[in-house]
Amino acid sequence: MEYEAVIGLEVHVELKTASKAFCSCSTAFGAPPNTQVCPVCLGLPGVLPVINRQMVEFGIKTALALNCSIAPICKFDRKNYYYPDLPKNYQISQYDLPLARDGYLEIEVDGVKKRVGIIRVHMEEDAGKLIHGEEPGADYSLVDYNRAGVPLLEIVSAPDLRSPDEARAYMEKLKAILEYLEVSDCKMQEGSLRCDANVSVRPKGSTVFGTKTEVKNLNSFRALHRALSYEIERQISLLERGERIIQETRAWDEQRQVTYSLRSKEEAHDYRYFPEPDLVPLAIGEEWIERVRSTLPELPDARRERLIKDYGLPEYDARVITGSKALADYFEKAVSLFPDPKQVSNWLMGDFMRLLNAKGLEPQEAPVPPENLAELLKLQQEGTISIRIAKEVLEEMFATGRGAREIVEAKGLTQITDVAQLTAIVEKVLAAHPKVVEDYRKGKEKALGFLVGQVMKETRGKANPNLVNQLLKERL
Amino acid sequence: MELFYLSAHEAARLLQNKEISAVELTREILKRIEQVEDKVKAFVTLTPEKALEQAKAVDEARARGENLGPLAGVPMALKDNLCTEGIRTTCSSKMLENWIPPYDAFVVRKLREAGAILVGKCNMDEFAMGSSTENSRFFPTRNPWDLDRVPGGSSGGSAAAVAAGEAFFALGSDTGGSIRQPASFCGVVGLKPTYGRVSRYGLVAFASSLDQIGPLTRDVTDCALVLQAIAGHDPLDSTSADLPVPDYLAALRQDIKGLKIGVPKEYFGPGMDREVVSVVRQAIDRLSDLGAFCEETSLPHTEYALPAYYLVAPAEASSNLARYDGVAYGFRLPGKDVVDMYMKTRREGFGAEVKRRIMLGTYALSAGYYDAYYLKALKVRTLIRRDFDQAFEKYDVLVTPTSPTVAFRLGERVGDPLAMYMSDLCTIPVNMAGLPAISIPCGFAQGLPVGLQIIAKPFAEEILFRVAYTFEQATGNFRRWPEI
Repeated sequence: MEYEAVIGLEVHVELKTASKAFCSCSTAFGAPPNTQVCPVCLGLPGVLPVINRQMVEFGIKTALALNCSIAPICKFDRKNYYYPDLPKNYQISQYDLPLARDGYLEIEVDGVKKRVGIIRVHMEEDAGKLIHGEEPGADYSLVDYNRAGVPLLEIVSAPDLRSPDEARAYMEKLKAILEYLEVSDCKMQEGSLRCDANVSVRPKGSTVFGTKTEVKNLNSFRALHRALSYEIERQISLLERGERIIQETRAWDEQRQVTYSLRSKEEAHDYRYFPEPDLVPLAIGEEWIERVRSTLPELPDARRERLIKDYGLPEYDARVITGSKALADYFEKAVSLFPDPKQVSNWLMGDFMRLLNAKGLEPQEAPVPPENLAELLKLQQEGTISIRIAKEVLEEMFATGRGAREIVEAKGLTQITDVAQLTAIVEKVLAAHPKVVEDYRKGKEKALGFLVGQVMKETRGKANPNLVNQLLKERL
Repeated sequence: MELFYLSAHEAARLLQNKEISAVELTREILKRIEQVEDKVKAFVTLTPEKALEQAKAVDEARARGENLGPLAGVPMALKDNLCTEGIRTTCSSKMLENWIPPYDAFVVRKLREAGAILVGKCNMDEFAMGSSTENSRFFPTRNPWDLDRVPGGSSGGSAAAVAAGEAFFALGSDTGGSIRQPASFCGVVGLKPTYGRVSRYGLVAFASSLDQIGPLTRDVTDCALVLQAIAGHDPLDSTSADLPVPDYLAALRQDIKGLKIGVPKEYFGPGMDREVVSVVRQAIDRLSDLGAFCEETSLPHTEYALPAYYLVAPAEASSNLARYDGVAYGFRLPGKDVVDMYMKTRREGFGAEVKRRIMLGTYALSAGYYDAYYLKALKVRTLIRRDFDQAFEKYDVLVTPTSPTVAFRLGERVGDPLAMYMSDLCTIPVNMAGLPAISIPCGFAQGLPVGLQIIAKPFAEEILFRVAYTFEQATGNFRRWPEI
């Protein structure tokens, strides 16, 4: 039987507001433990929360970008559960009257466009972090409350996704939108963008849902894709063996590349939601919404179309470049200094991304600013260096952060275009390889490549390749 | 009269006229505490050194000719669920026995700024759950009028301290009657302000949608003075009202002619002590004599207030008290894992009544029961509020007994939670509707004080003061103090 997967994603986004959701502590990441805390976010007796307007504003902005309708009145609720990283043992969240509902975002997989529904967007506070004793025999855990109270948005998709590819495309698109809105750092590794997936399978063509599992701990696009692929396979093979799928919460084990059961439906928490009595319902007027709407930046889809139209980029290039706001910003800056969009795009999608990924960096963190890339491309265009050298120089730029011209000059990498100098080398190579010369003359075209290679070797790659070709052919 | 039985505003006048220094007055109070505290047991923590330091600072400021507030140099006491920076705040619970807050509650800051001098933190029912101050982790407080009787609760320590001359005034908190009922039992004035009138920031929460902080004082003028000092908007409490604070002292007028007073019959029916009812009826006659128009009326949903309250308040409490888990502060009993630690800590750290209410509330909020209990209770709350709204279309204030009985004997109701809960029958509906209400002494039954409760519409504390002041001035004979 042929099966199809039904996937819905619950995404948590840490908002990069200056202060926490309900107090004035800083939200900066990476501070020493328990240095960004106050009585409120520590949940000390007697404290009360105060809604951070910036959080609401970021929430509205995101909801608008996701085509949601904003609730004129929303409220906060308490989600009650015990966990040592949760100072009050309840989380201030939103239950039955969330900030926004009924939106969508558009994804494209294998050239097919698809609209994925957004069921709701709501605001809540993050928990702290447990640090377990690591030395042998340690049987204690410490709590860092710096993250406790950092504002989160929870964005819940409809069960509209049908494959791991679609799920990943949804996450990538969502991440891009959030980055464009500048409401979150969206760093999956640091946990500022987190994702849980609800997955079920059913016979293709069926309209009823199968029993779902919830998969947690999806800390990267790759983990999301692999965990979903694994979970779908697991569920299908259960069904094919005539077994039932158990409704449960599972976690992705990155080490073993499997999902495993965390808790069954029976063990699921009863969160005992009730309206947060310490906060009054929040009214969001049209005026506020319109003011936020007027600050919405250009979003990925619009920018992609613009890059195609204004720079003549192919659709594929435009999609990759606009997939990250930082990359698109980088592109436009570089093109403004080196007005060959396709060249810039090729470099960005090729060596630049490769080097960036190798270092695990985001485009905005690249040690090579767009000015330096443009300089490099200029050097290559005007013939000062060859493409091969340019690639080497880019690596050097990534490694040292130095400028292109500086490296080229310091290392004497300027291309050799002096005919007399090159002729001498060409003569030398030809004399050293009479057999190859003979092969070429007999019609073996490939032999030329070898000879070019030898010249390049002699010049440590600095020879102008066109000139070398020309000089060789003249003599053969 | 003894200095320690002056009213706060009388004491303040002596201070202003430099007839006495703040240090002298504070010493007087500390001496009184030394004399009677063993019998009354109003305080969980005394702060004599800090009090004298503070008094000295006030005297110095006065000597420098600084402009001081009307409470400057007046010794006061605080219920031990109001956070005081550097002074332990226990809620009379083992859970917080050694907890020292790093911050002052809004009202504490206000009173410090006003120059009032803190002499100590008052005993209470654990986490404000109770009506007799017997649910204290430490010891029960005694009623200064009869040491074998309870002072009421949960602000029993605050009421007893004021009645025993151990402080000129005190703050309490009132979730279902916890200021008014002990005020009534101890023969002092107690005000529960409108929900939102006083910031709750720094009040250790019991039931957030019902809790309000208010004064316990020797007379109505003091009550207005203290409310003046603590009322007002606080950006740190989103439920505090952003409304101007009226001049409450200006509201103290001896004139209730033509005022319409409703007397809801539901507060005089079964369960009410006959003698209490009789004293309260006499007080109502007195109000008529003073020119008010008093008439029987009805608040038909009154009987549902108590059961609904015992869903809403425990539900909120079950969540508010979840934070006492032994992880970051307060009492901890180690366990074999974190869940075991939670269970041991909470089993040992909380007393029986607190645990009873946590269980009630957890149950009321649980999946499958929420609609039948919590949601239903919220609907009842709306009906109760509507009853009052309708009554206030016709009446300026409503008057009732504050408590169905006078102070009962220690131990009398400890084994019977329902009997204990009944002592808040007359006060609970006011919290459910978020209204202001004052309890003032209106006579004696069996030699014990009886309180008259006056209720007004939201933010109409001024009219409460006006009626209470007029009554007090006309019947000054009820301002008596117990022999201890």
